[in-house]
Amino acid sequence: MTTAPAAIRFSGVGQVFSTASGTVEALRHVDMSIDRHEFVAVLGPSGCGKSTLLRLTSGLLKPTSGKVEVFGLPISEPRDDIGIVFQRPTLLPWATIEDNVVFPVRHKTGRVSAQDRETARKLLEKVNLKGFEGRLPDELSGGMQQRVGIARALFMDPDILLMDEPFSALDALTREEMGFELLRIWEDRPKTVMFITHSISEAVLLADRVLVMGERPGSIVENLTIDLPRPRNMETSNNKMMHDYVGHLRSLLLKRAA
Amino acid sequence: MARALASPGLLPVGTFVAIIAIWEISCHLFSIPSYVLPAPSRILGGFDSIGTLRWLDHVWGTLRVALIGYFASIFVAIPIAIALARSPVLSRAVYPILVVVQSTPVVAVAPIIIVALGSGDLPRVVITCLITFFPLVVSTTTGLMATPPELIELSRSLRAPVWREISQIRLPYAIPYIFSALKISVTLAVIGAVVAEFVAAEKGLGYFIQFSTSMFKVQQAWAGLVILVLMSLVLFQIVVAVQKIWFPWSLPKDKI
Repeated sequence: MTTAPAAIRFSGVGQVFSTASGTVEALRHVDMSIDRHEFVAVLGPSGCGKSTLLRLTSGLLKPTSGKVEVFGLPISEPRDDIGIVFQRPTLLPWATIEDNVVFPVRHKTGRVSAQDRETARKLLEKVNLKGFEGRLPDELSGGMQQRVGIARALFMDPDILLMDEPFSALDALTREEMGFELLRIWEDRPKTVMFITHSISEAVLLADRVLVMGERPGSIVENLTIDLPRPRNMETSNNKMMHDYVGHLRSLLLKRAA
Repeated sequence: MARALASPGLLPVGTFVAIIAIWEISCHLFSIPSYVLPAPSRILGGFDSIGTLRWLDHVWGTLRVALIGYFASIFVAIPIAIALARSPVLSRAVYPILVVVQSTPVVAVAPIIIVALGSGDLPRVVITCLITFFPLVVSTTTGLMATPPELIELSRSLRAPVWREISQIRLPYAIPYIFSALKISVTLAVIGAVVAEFVAAEKGLGYFIQFSTSMFKVQQAWAGLVILVLMSLVLFQIVVAVQKIWFPWSLPKDKI
């Protein structure tokens, strides 16, 4: 374990944004690492710099100070082996579901092969959207649209999946279902997942480890390993340990907010 | 009965017929002189004053200038909008100039343009361009900037070339904005062509109306006006239909 480089490693990362009204320190001295195929949830109040963490990992943003490494290499530009799922599905409204899933390759290379379409159809089957390939995003529910968003992020078969509060726009029931579905996909095809959320129970239910971020400037204030058995499902929600973890995290966040 | 009247197609038709009827009756009842306001039945007579071929000639004269100007304007406005959307510096530099151009009354510049460019089609097309250009640039720029930031991040995370970000994300996202400008501009194009004909022309509906009024052939002028209105309406509906057929996703959902 110690010989292989971490999938994601932050060393003393600070991020300062300059805005019209002055500078904002979003992150201060963030140290953390995520192992290959580990599912890590980043939990924190809104505005604590969770999304900045994600953008730094994706290479869309360069750290003001410190070092961000992916598989042992400092990140200088976006990599092909990282897929992103956004808070909103943000599908192309004019393109069919299948076209939305193959969009990354069309956008990157300008060409879509029959093989790519086959891959897209398989992915859609995996996210339970078989039969919807020819529909337009408008014709799908919010949860279904976000599944397309996940399929799109998985299309390039990335090693790392970055998810920015992907289920926060969904209703509670759909949200839970989507979480389990994500776990099924992840167990079937292991990936390193960085899952940003502000839901404590979602973080505990899904992740191997929860990183808690404190507010302004954001930094990691807790690193909690979640020792719940896998595969996780509806039963897990009733697990006594689950309640303990949730309780611990809740009191931690409340104490910090006070 | 009330239901039938309230049906969306019938109501405007009913209003229209009622207005025509009141107009016709008032003209006879109050013996309004036809040079003030000819009755609709007299205007119908105005259509017979010249032959069909002559009419078509005038219609084509106006339509051709309006369409050439309209398409030239689209051709110029969209690349400018892309440039403005890409560069905040350029946007700050050029935008005030666009506002100045837009604030200049086209009717006032028209004679100057005709003097400068002669009496061919070119000055008329330029005048039409001037009047249609601004809404297209402003609306398209707004549309290009309205793209969800996540998609731009997706594009950057894929390290896709900028031109593909424009052609595959930004431009399609701007379609609803572009079409609302296209609808405004197509009617403005007809106005531009008519204004140009008022200043200098030997055919076209604008020319025909001016010529008829100068000869006190008021019914004839009204007949020209009716055709002009119909032309605008048809052009507008063509743009609406193009959007409906080729870009149905760009329409507000309740209108499909």
